[in-house]
Amino acid sequence: MTNNQLTESGKLKHFLTIEGLKRDLLTDIMDRAEQFSSLSGRQVKKVPLLRGKTIMNLFFEDSTRTRTTFELAAKRLSADVMSLNINTSATSKGESLLDTLHNLQAMHADMFVVRHNESGAAEFIAQHVAPHVSVINAGDGCHAHPTQAMLDMFTIRRHKQHFPDLCVAIVGDVLHSRVARSQIQALAILGVGEVRIIGPQTLLPTDSQTLGVHVYHDMEKGLKDVDVVITLRLQFERMQGALLPSPQEYYESYGLTQAKLDLAKPDAIVMHPGPINRGVEIASSIADGPQSVILEQVTHGIAVRMAIMSMALGSQPEQQDKTA
Amino acid sequence: MKLKISNGRVIDPANHIDDQLDIFIDNGLILAVGKTPEAFIPDRIIDATDQIVCPGLVDISARLGEPSQQHASSISSETQAAIKGGITSLCIPPDTDPIIDSPAAVELLGDRANKAGSANIYIIGALTQGLEGELLSEMLALKKAGCIGVSNGLNPIRNTLVLRRAMEYAATLDLTIFINAADPWLQSQGCIHEGMVSTRLGLGGIPEAAETIAIARDISLIEHSRVTAHFHNISSGKSAALIKEAQERGLPITADVSPHHLHLSEHDIGNYDSLSHVIPPLRSTRDREQLQQSVREGVINTISSHHHPLDSDAKLGPFADTTPGISGLETLLPLTLKLVDDDELSLQQAIASITINPAQILGLDAGHLTVGAKADICIFNPESHCECLPEKFLSAGKNSPFAGWHFHNEVSFTFLNGQILYEREPNDLLSSQTS
Repeated sequence: MTNNQLTESGKLKHFLTIEGLKRDLLTDIMDRAEQFSSLSGRQVKKVPLLRGKTIMNLFFEDSTRTRTTFELAAKRLSADVMSLNINTSATSKGESLLDTLHNLQAMHADMFVVRHNESGAAEFIAQHVAPHVSVINAGDGCHAHPTQAMLDMFTIRRHKQHFPDLCVAIVGDVLHSRVARSQIQALAILGVGEVRIIGPQTLLPTDSQTLGVHVYHDMEKGLKDVDVVITLRLQFERMQGALLPSPQEYYESYGLTQAKLDLAKPDAIVMHPGPINRGVEIASSIADGPQSVILEQVTHGIAVRMAIMSMALGSQPEQQDKTA
Repeated sequence: MKLKISNGRVIDPANHIDDQLDIFIDNGLILAVGKTPEAFIPDRIIDATDQIVCPGLVDISARLGEPSQQHASSISSETQAAIKGGITSLCIPPDTDPIIDSPAAVELLGDRANKAGSANIYIIGALTQGLEGELLSEMLALKKAGCIGVSNGLNPIRNTLVLRRAMEYAATLDLTIFINAADPWLQSQGCIHEGMVSTRLGLGGIPEAAETIAIARDISLIEHSRVTAHFHNISSGKSAALIKEAQERGLPITADVSPHHLHLSEHDIGNYDSLSHVIPPLRSTRDREQLQQSVREGVINTISSHHHPLDSDAKLGPFADTTPGISGLETLLPLTLKLVDDDELSLQQAIASITINPAQILGLDAGHLTVGAKADICIFNPESHCECLPEKFLSAGKNSPFAGWHFHNEVSFTFLNGQILYEREPNDLLSSQTS
């Protein structure tokens, strides 16, 4: 498969999926994010890297945190940014999605940050934008959420230096999770020793092992000696499709409690992409406890997104000329 | 008009002929094969040296987009596409708009076909009223109006009792029932095969069981009612195994498969290629191999285009939002014969699967070159080379995932009732053999 998110010289053009990217590139993103991360302690948090650039956040699906951190990241890079919440029902067909896109492009956008409820939407948009426009995937259907995966990798690296020694467990609704898919790919590329997914069969994809993970239905066994526990958000509409009987029964089997967490390594960290359903996928005492790095993830989101946005817009020669 | 097709390799599986022979046509009929009739002076001689002469193709299922969906395609453009592809007879399922569930709808479509169509068009009537799966259609009236079988099209019948009675009633009228087997609940959540690609792309999957459950259920009812049944568009190897087992028990069951399921797999979806979005979905490479084997063994004895022409907007959007379907009339012959090049099928078997076998299932006097039969004939050049260019299709639907594929076996002539309806421009010929 050709990787259309890279330029011919291998630089980042779009950021649509983790799949197919090289370890060096993921490491570059994290290194650059480290630099931006030091900005947040300063009085002046802005850098002029993307001054004069126009970034449009196109959210076809609701989001507060992701959109806010993308906005903040763009502003700290000195770009002009605007966010549009677009009602999906009005643009559910490809035609009007393209019309929307072309109209916004006519306003000379340099980058679209896109969230959409259909898998493949970011890829579709990237295929149809003008050559100078970059597309960042802020989550497409059940497919990918690559910036979230990168901020998770960044957070893991802050706490656990050496990826190959790690065992990471992802717990919950992997089937519908774009976050999990991107995390699994990123962990594999970074050479993590073992990745496990834990959940009932109804919430794990068919042929999961083709993703390169070990599958566990028993949480006690799955958490044994892991270094990182990632819990996924459980969408309440999952009860409707007969995927689960009740939130209570889910919590009984797959909710992260202290007793279950004690089976992991003593220094294991606990992550969650948010927003949390306390008492459904995770006990409050753990979400707020010493092993939780959940709020750090949110903070890191800004630096990691700054890194990705600046790399994607910096990869184009003509723009490098302008900023030079 | 008297015509002589000279010196071609005639392959007529129905009559077990594979020989270098001349064919003589007079008054729209095949006058003789081999020996020159006395005092026969042809108006034109077609030199078919180094070419293959076979019966005109019979496509057991093709959607033409008529009558109301004129923006997408029309009987005129689609039958021209068929003729260019060597297809002289094709069969339309009832899920058109309006649905073919009344004699009036049959007449409307029949009239249009007579006026605009350049190929023989046969119509399958609806099994239930409005294809809603609740009330039986007036099958006797449909039969009298000319329908050659009944089907519920792409709307599976959920209610097993209704299906049983529909089969019993069709059996009473000696009508063949055509089935697109799908469990509606298992199919409803997905748009591609449930497997490693759906897992990777985060697209909803349609499990193999969506097809096998429906086939197993239908076979039980076929056994009970003894209706003659044909399964359309088999997509999985396990389905073929179920059909094989039923055939071995002597049940009157046949089946067809599409060229795309014989050549492509879930992996061809790549990065959300909407041109490979089709229902039933492209399945695993193992399914593809098992389907090829089933054709080889004769369990599935027919290959059909399952033509579904779509305009470009229908394929423009995030994958799940696009319309499933492939434009297949103009690639049926080359893709079927590619299986011969790939050593999957014998040439005779490949030709039978698109001529006499579907004709027999449909009960048509077509698909053979018997003396006295209508002269529906296809001549193609096995030495030709061409690239598949969907933008040059005569079909209004350019939606083909085979763009850029290289084919042999380009059609050089198509005869319908003894008339030449398609003749490749001589300047297109790489090895010009026309007289």
